[in-house]
Amino acid sequence: MYVAVKGGEAAIRNAHTLLADRRRGARDVPALTLEQIAEQLALAVDRVMAEGSLYDTGLAALAVKQARGDMIEAIFLLRAYRTTLPRFGYTRTIDTAAMLVERRISATYKDLPGGQLLGPTFDYTHRLLDPELAEDQEPAAPEARAADHEAMPRVSEILAQEGLIEEDGSLPEEREPGDITREPPEFPMQRDLRLQALSRGDEGFLLALGYSTQRGFGRNHPFAGEIRIGEVEVEIDVPELGFPVPLGRIRVTECQMVNQFKGSMKVPPQFTRGYGLVFGQSERKAMAMALCDRALRAGELGEDITAPAQDEEFVISHSDNVQATGFVEHLKLPHYVDFQAELGLVRQMRREYEERRAGAATERREAAE
Amino acid sequence: MVSRQERQTVMQQRREAMAVLAAAPGQDLLGLWNAAALPDEAALLRGPETGLVTLRGRMGGGGAAFNFGEATVTRATVKLPSGVVGHAYALGREKEKVRVAAVIDALRQQPEFETAIEEKILAPLRRRQAETDETRRTETAATRVDFFTMVRGED
Repeated sequence: MYVAVKGGEAAIRNAHTLLADRRRGARDVPALTLEQIAEQLALAVDRVMAEGSLYDTGLAALAVKQARGDMIEAIFLLRAYRTTLPRFGYTRTIDTAAMLVERRISATYKDLPGGQLLGPTFDYTHRLLDPELAEDQEPAAPEARAADHEAMPRVSEILAQEGLIEEDGSLPEEREPGDITREPPEFPMQRDLRLQALSRGDEGFLLALGYSTQRGFGRNHPFAGEIRIGEVEVEIDVPELGFPVPLGRIRVTECQMVNQFKGSMKVPPQFTRGYGLVFGQSERKAMAMALCDRALRAGELGEDITAPAQDEEFVISHSDNVQATGFVEHLKLPHYVDFQAELGLVRQMRREYEERRAGAATERREAAE
Repeated sequence: MVSRQERQTVMQQRREAMAVLAAAPGQDLLGLWNAAALPDEAALLRGPETGLVTLRGRMGGGGAAFNFGEATVTRATVKLPSGVVGHAYALGREKEKVRVAAVIDALRQQPEFETAIEEKILAPLRRRQAETDETRRTETAATRVDFFTMVRGED
């Protein structure tokens, strides 16, 4: 028998009204505008775009506001929105070597063409809270210095000249890149699908896994070969025009992790690589992604798979925070009938257990007499 | 008979103009368009409509392609009374910007409007974009690390 129970409409309606009120907060404090969120909480917006897997600063800012700053809720909102839009197709591949660079550093080469450009970084700050920011102080104008328009090749291209580093990853020529938004994941998975999952994966989860490789769970001796942040052009081929149509520019963060590798039966000693590519200014995420990408290549490179970060199914199946939060949070929904059934079962098991105990005690007493 | 090379040049110029229009902030583009007072008589054939494109990167920067996320894109197609068709695509959801960009794309294919569009819309947009980019480059260049070697001891 199944008995449906209804109720709670008024409670839900009132809860949502209350949510809207609490979201707005004290009315004598001015309401946030989307422009303020996009401009002044830009890295929160970037994270929502990256893990929401939708590049649109205005929508991501709206999601942050609607979610009261709850990042995973905002990411969820953006993911839900993207399902309402028609798809126009796949872009041409972006060229990160042609990026309008806003930050570019290498931990492996001091002097490299284009130089080390710190850009707007938290690095080398003292991490002391700044009371001045509590006031509306006008910051100093940025310094300017003549730019020399020098080409900035990716560091991997420099290392490649010696032949001591593996090439950019390749897949069979005829392979059309897979798309996890179109086809359900199957394991083992090709690297293109893994990279797509990692690029939208939860920053905290990937950070912890990347950290675990550094602490010895699947160690792979990483160096930050290069991190670059900036804008790249996007183009798409459309049937109505005989040339790739420019769409404008997006900001991305790219991380080239370079990993020492002592070689295996399959591969000679060399530097191997992990790759990170993330929307916006998302350096920590791009680094974590690159560490995880490299760890997940263990099988391909003939390494023993011994650690969680190397376990493809474990990492990819749990990296999506929208899926994760959906399954964890569904526990809050009414499970009254399930629980009643479980309760009946536990009562019965407990009764049988008590009976067995009583029976055993009687037997022991009889044996002793 | 138009030679292949000429066709190529026309195509490249059109593409460059579309790049300028797509990258322009909506406000700038609409401001210049209104000031230019060109005929806005195009009929909409499609859109303006917003949808998604899936963005592609390459493993290691230059290797095999992979999809890494989606972006909102708005597109429009218009037809002038003369029959010339214009297209526009741009990241984001600015429908009026994209509609106007499609009209501009159509008009600039007509010799009588080509100069006006170049001078009143495309050149100023190009200049502003170049300035914005140059500012960004010089501000970034100021954060370039100059290493110097410290020599210790006397020999």
